[in-house]
Amino acid sequence: MISGLFDPEKLAEAWEIIKSQFLLATWETLYVTLLATFFACVIGLPLGVLLVVGEKGGVLPLPKWIMQVLNVIINLLRSVPFLILMILVIPLTRAIIGTSIGTTASIVPLVISAFPFIARLAESSLREVSPNTIEMAQSMGASPFQIITKVLIPESVPSLISNLTIAVTTILGYTAMSGIIGGGGLGKIAINYGYYRYKYAVMFFAVVLLIVLVQIFQSLGTKIAVKSDKRLKNK
Amino acid sequence: MIEINNLSKTFKTADDTIEALKNVSLSIEDGDIFGIIGMSGAGKSTLVRCINMLERPSEGSVIMDGVDLGKLSDKELRAARREITMIFQGFNLLMQRNCLKNVCFPLELAGMSKPAARARALELLDTVGLKGKENAYPAQLSGGQQQRVAIARALATSPKVLLCDEATSALDPTTTNSILELIRDINEKLGITVIIITHQMSVVESICRHVAILDSGEVAEVGEVGEVFSHPKTPAAKKLVFPEGGSEAIAACEGQYFIRVVFNGAETTGKPLIASMAQQEGLVANIFYASTRSIGEKVYGSMLLSFESRDAAQKACVFLKDNDGVLAEEVNRQ
Ligand SMILES: Nc1ncnc2c1ncn2[C@@H]1O[C@H](COP(=O)(O)OP(=O)(O)O)[C@@H](O)[C@H]1O
Ligand SMILES: [Mg+2]
Repeated sequence: MISGLFDPEKLAEAWEIIKSQFLLATWETLYVTLLATFFACVIGLPLGVLLVVGEKGGVLPLPKWIMQVLNVIINLLRSVPFLILMILVIPLTRAIIGTSIGTTASIVPLVISAFPFIARLAESSLREVSPNTIEMAQSMGASPFQIITKVLIPESVPSLISNLTIAVTTILGYTAMSGIIGGGGLGKIAINYGYYRYKYAVMFFAVVLLIVLVQIFQSLGTKIAVKSDKRLKNK
Repeated sequence: MIEINNLSKTFKTADDTIEALKNVSLSIEDGDIFGIIGMSGAGKSTLVRCINMLERPSEGSVIMDGVDLGKLSDKELRAARREITMIFQGFNLLMQRNCLKNVCFPLELAGMSKPAARARALELLDTVGLKGKENAYPAQLSGGQQQRVAIARALATSPKVLLCDEATSALDPTTTNSILELIRDINEKLGITVIIITHQMSVVESICRHVAILDSGEVAEVGEVGEVFSHPKTPAAKKLVFPEGGSEAIAACEGQYFIRVVFNGAETTGKPLIASMAQQEGLVANIFYASTRSIGEKVYGSMLLSFESRDAAQKACVFLKDNDGVLAEEVNRQ
């Protein structure tokens, strides 16, 4: 496999494939990752808030059964491996998108597997806000809704950004995985050429691109998180 | 006026119940600076949190200007809390907001327009001596400055009462004094009633007019500061006034007359006060105990001195009190 990588003839062939396909594949990967992250946040962030404020002694305690149902659903979805989840939600994907195969269709299982993850990440970010700070807001006459919008969320922005970065990079990995069963993008190229047709150079290049994308997202996210954090003095 | 009537608070935990407050009754006049002092775990924080209903009393009531705070709806209580604001040991500033926005916070909650809130906040930052710091973030300020921001924030909604829970306990003595001075200023200029929770005698002595001593959830003594501290009656009060077994020493010394001297930022490092008292006035004192420390040029702490005659003790009080930052009072033997 390694020796094959450096065979000039194979390299030339791989280069042709790369030139003709990688721009579109990279775009597909980015588009699926970002859209899936967006929708997963739309569902996951409010759930994360509920997990924190709704518990006993929280800012807006909810009935115990609601919290239990919420926790069970999140834990359940989090424990199903992504590939299996993809297959399980095929009927749902068909109902929403019209087909279960293709780049756009892979967004549905990605969102379903990512929103519980994002809910947990948001939960842990919001829990970092000190109870003393919340008590301060209560002592000034803040309503539960004001505590959520003016204290809990704004005070945990840097941590939310860090955790969101973890979510994006993880979803990027899942996007690549979705190439195995019909998803598009870099994952599909890696599987199609590398696994089915033994063109390892192409697979290798796809993997390198994925690594580069993860690096870009991670360093961008870390930078923004640090920049947004007003607790750090030496900037 | 705030009336606390037969207030009790019991916490139920998994394996036992804690009676944090037992039948506490106090009344606090408008415009007073009222200290609540006690050892750690005495129930001070619980008491102050019951005053603004952050903690619901198990029994009893808190009446402010005739209104029973325990009977208010959530919405009414939130409005009432704009009149009873609070500062904390840990300042509890919003770390992601700059000073100006921190002070605007309670005004935003109350629904004030942005420009009006901004103008009020700038004015208050000026009042607390932080003009020009409006764009600084809390992390860029010293502890004393952070507490000033918290005070400005607490004043924003023009409260009638300011609750201070160990507001100076995280600060060094010099900063403590400057914060206490600010609180006294606010009390005088704005007429705000101040309730000060502390475990430090020096805090009560330097600004409070009345004091309640809280001991294991009960009020041990209450009254004017001078009165309570010069005639401590209960063991809890004696332990606060005379740490390190001072009260046993007094009881054991028949025929000695005691005075207690408190140094609160007195500039006496340069001139040995007790020695000059002996030289100038011929008043020779026995030092029973001294627990003082100097910070910079200033001295903080207290001493217990004894004299051969009542007359000498009284003269020594007069001599010592003449110095800035020194309090001296006779100690009555009970
Ligand atoms: N939320 C709570 N649950 C259980 N016990 C508590 C709670 N808050 C305070 N206590 C207990 O009540 C007592 C008084 O506490 P506190 O009012 O904080 O004392 P202080 O402020 O005087 O140090 C302590 O024994 C403390 O452990
Ligand atoms: Mg306390």
